[in-house]
Amino acid sequence: MAGRVIVVTSGKGGVGKTTTAANIGAGLALLGRKVCLIDADIGLRNLDVVLGLENRIVYDLTDVVEGSCRLRQALIKDKRTENLYLLPAAQTKEKDAVAPDQMRTLCDELREEFEYILVDCPAGIERGFKNAIAGADEAIIVTTPEVAAVRDADRIIGLLEAAELYEPRLIVNRIRPQMVRKGDMMGIEDIIEILAIDLLGVVPDDEDIIVSTNRGEPVVMDRRSRAGQAYSNIARRLEGIDVPFLSLEDDGWVARLKRAILGHS
Amino acid sequence: MIDFLRQFWNRDTDSSKQIAKERLRLVLVHDRVNVSPSLLEALKVDLMEVISKYMEIEETGLEVNLDKSDNSVALVANIPVKRMKRAVDQSR
Ligand SMILES: Nc1ncnc2c1ncn2[C@@H]1O[C@H](COP(=O)(O)OP(=O)(O)OP(=O)(O)O)[C@@H](O)[C@H]1O
Ligand SMILES: [Mg+2]
Repeated sequence: MAGRVIVVTSGKGGVGKTTTAANIGAGLALLGRKVCLIDADIGLRNLDVVLGLENRIVYDLTDVVEGSCRLRQALIKDKRTENLYLLPAAQTKEKDAVAPDQMRTLCDELREEFEYILVDCPAGIERGFKNAIAGADEAIIVTTPEVAAVRDADRIIGLLEAAELYEPRLIVNRIRPQMVRKGDMMGIEDIIEILAIDLLGVVPDDEDIIVSTNRGEPVVMDRRSRAGQAYSNIARRLEGIDVPFLSLEDDGWVARLKRAILGHS
Repeated sequence: MIDFLRQFWNRDTDSSKQIAKERLRLVLVHDRVNVSPSLLEALKVDLMEVISKYMEIEETGLEVNLDKSDNSVALVANIPVKRMKRAVDQSR
């Protein structure tokens, strides 16, 4: 088996990389794929908390590359989803404890066993970013509809290109349809036109994300949430399925009622 | 009703969305130019090669720059010509 290594990156901090990686990972696992999530944000680990796995960590990414444990010992199996594993970041080590070619070797080893390897990248464009993208074949860029975030996304596209990672795909996170309609937030078309890259998904700003993060359960497991549906759509698009984008208008009471009764498929 | 009216007003260029788009467009025009100084060097070498097929040029006097004004960028090249060639030189 030769799995796909996909890095989730953004440049700007706090736009939703970790949330995105966790939910796409869980979404793909729900589709029956074997998925490994790598937390490459060394020193600021988060992915374990978002997934509710923080109490199970024994070894971490740095232990694996340093050879202090075997890969298998560091992988944590998700408690709800079959096929989903986490390789946590070290919390107390320096970012330069890992080097790009060590990341490459690690990703190649994981490729043998997993169909998807998703790498949660730290914010910024320094060492941590370079490590996180080193082993990747594809990149997902997360942005929010704000000038600073889109500007940083543009910078990242350039840096990915320089690292020979071509054709990254974009996720626009925290869209607020009402504000877009009122002319107070940039819309998807605006952002896509400016960045000139392909759109992978649109995730609404959604309180369900906060609730699910509090619980340590990815929102994609909640079939009634809009954000959950958005992530599930993204997972299916990665699988090559042609899923229409969530319509911004589709938030009237009819749509909400339909979701409440039927859930999303 | 208020929302309805606002939608009309916001067709204007001063909705915050339009302002954001315009600011973003400008900032990226400048960012993208600044990203790669080595790109201009590479362009210079390629330009020299192509132009030398048609004319003899003063290679040391060759200048290639990006001129930035407030809302546009232009590629400006100053290439001193020593002599025109009579035929296109295919060997280069
Ligand atoms: N679509 C959304 N709706 C509501 N809240 C969101 C959404 N996406 C992310 N958030 C919240 O925004 C915060 C930042 O998200 P997250 O940690 O995923 O960002 P990040 O890009 O990984 O940050 P960092 O750069 O620090 O690693 C979190 O509190 C998360 O719950
Ligand atoms: Mg993060």
